[in-house]
Amino acid sequence: MDDRLLRYGLKPVVFMLLLLPAALLLAGLLRGTLGADPVAALLWQTGLWALRLLLASLAVTPLQRLTGWRWPIRWRRQLGLFAFFYACLHLAVYAVFDRSLDLAAVWEDIVERPFITVGALAFLLLAPLAATSTRGAVRRLGPRWQQLHRLVYLAAGLAVLHYLWLVKADLRPPLIYAGILAVLLLLRLPLPLPWRRRLGPASG
Amino acid sequence: MLIRTRDTSAPAASEITPEPIYRDRRRFLRQAGQFAVAGAAAGWLRTVPAGVTDVLDLESSPRRAKFSTDEPLTAEDSVTTYNNFYEFGTGKTDPAQYADALVTEPWSVTVAGACEKPGTYALEDVLRGLAPEERIYRLRCVEGWSMVIPWLGVPLAALLKRYQPTSAARYVAFQTLYDPDQMRGQRRSVLEWPYREGLRMDEAMHPLTIMAVGLYGKPLPNQNGAPLRLVVPWKYGFKSIKSIVRIEFTETEPPTTWNMMAPREYGFYANVNPQVDHPRWSQSRERRIGKLFRQDTLMFNGYGEQVASLYRGLDLRRNY
Repeated sequence: MDDRLLRYGLKPVVFMLLLLPAALLLAGLLRGTLGADPVAALLWQTGLWALRLLLASLAVTPLQRLTGWRWPIRWRRQLGLFAFFYACLHLAVYAVFDRSLDLAAVWEDIVERPFITVGALAFLLLAPLAATSTRGAVRRLGPRWQQLHRLVYLAAGLAVLHYLWLVKADLRPPLIYAGILAVLLLLRLPLPLPWRRRLGPASG
Repeated sequence: MLIRTRDTSAPAASEITPEPIYRDRRRFLRQAGQFAVAGAAAGWLRTVPAGVTDVLDLESSPRRAKFSTDEPLTAEDSVTTYNNFYEFGTGKTDPAQYADALVTEPWSVTVAGACEKPGTYALEDVLRGLAPEERIYRLRCVEGWSMVIPWLGVPLAALLKRYQPTSAARYVAFQTLYDPDQMRGQRRSVLEWPYREGLRMDEAMHPLTIMAVGLYGKPLPNQNGAPLRLVVPWKYGFKSIKSIVRIEFTETEPPTTWNMMAPREYGFYANVNPQVDHPRWSQSRERRIGKLFRQDTLMFNGYGEQVASLYRGLDLRRNY
């Protein structure tokens, strides 16, 4: 794909698309269309979008391996950063509305409630990845960059666990996300020889 | 000039069945069929199935009766669109969306167990002669949100006494309708159907406990548990079982749905208690629907003065 088309044409479009869920939530909040408990709606939707985009960022490498296309890699950073953006919103909604910024209460939740413990861990693991997503950081860190960014696998696993452990009765929705993550991780395993020859050397 | 003459074979506008009624024909047939069976069983037939309003005067029942709170009411559309009623789906808006498939007229309730007058009774016979009143109660969900709801109901004690429970009756158990045709959520085994709940006899007979038949001055919407639901305001909402078809007096503690599903998380008592957390989340605060920030949860949901004595000597940390 043409580089200039990508940079000046598609990139802003994708940026706006990824911002759309947040914009719709804000509009819903202002117009009062998020239902009887808008805080719960914000909490759910920001969390779900963080997870969806994290999984989307993890789909880039398998997509590239299976199709041989090179262009998806260009979207990976944006997907990952937006996942972190929604995770920040998720955390902010929880801390501000559910805990009234009472840090002691937040700490108590993190220590005593396993689903919040793993959610907080997932967030803490994503933070350094977001901070080292610039070209400069990639250059500075060299091979260590890739090692560091493997933390994303752990963060995604914890994010799914966070969802699984908070559900009261119907486990099907979080299990669907768990299944998608499992497939995305399995597709990273070394390919059997005939496939490898057909698709060329694997990367990422 | 064009002169239109009326085509005599075409039906007049007034003769055409309105679309909603036409679309409802299956339900009408089902209802008619059910009613015929119920009527034949009872040995008599009537032309229209009776509902709550045929035997109870909801409109002129006393407003703000005893124990009512004067806190601001939760908006009616929140009360009727934000529901946990897994029989219609696990989403909060599923019940409002799908509960219209539930047929509540006719309705019958089976009374069984340790009582002098067991049997299956038509809803209007269960309710006839009882005096409905409005009780404005706080409702606290185990999930950490709460509402203030103007219920219309009858004291449960008055309803239960009709069946003359014997001295062997130490508990009373309730069951929700099981009918996956009408209750689409029951087509998956998210919970073990039918939904079951129960109370100790002294809890059931407490003057705070009501059998609700309406809210906001009208009969209960289906999504809120029509035609008959329990309201036990000092307990978490899941105790207040909806769309009841069976009442059984028992000697031993009856099994209850959420307790069977996760005994560590949902006890038989389920009294609102800010000091005893749910294993997965804190119960110390709650969000009143309509507000953005949380407020402190009160012991026994603020009804301690009335009910604390029921639990004297009981370790509420173990009997959550």
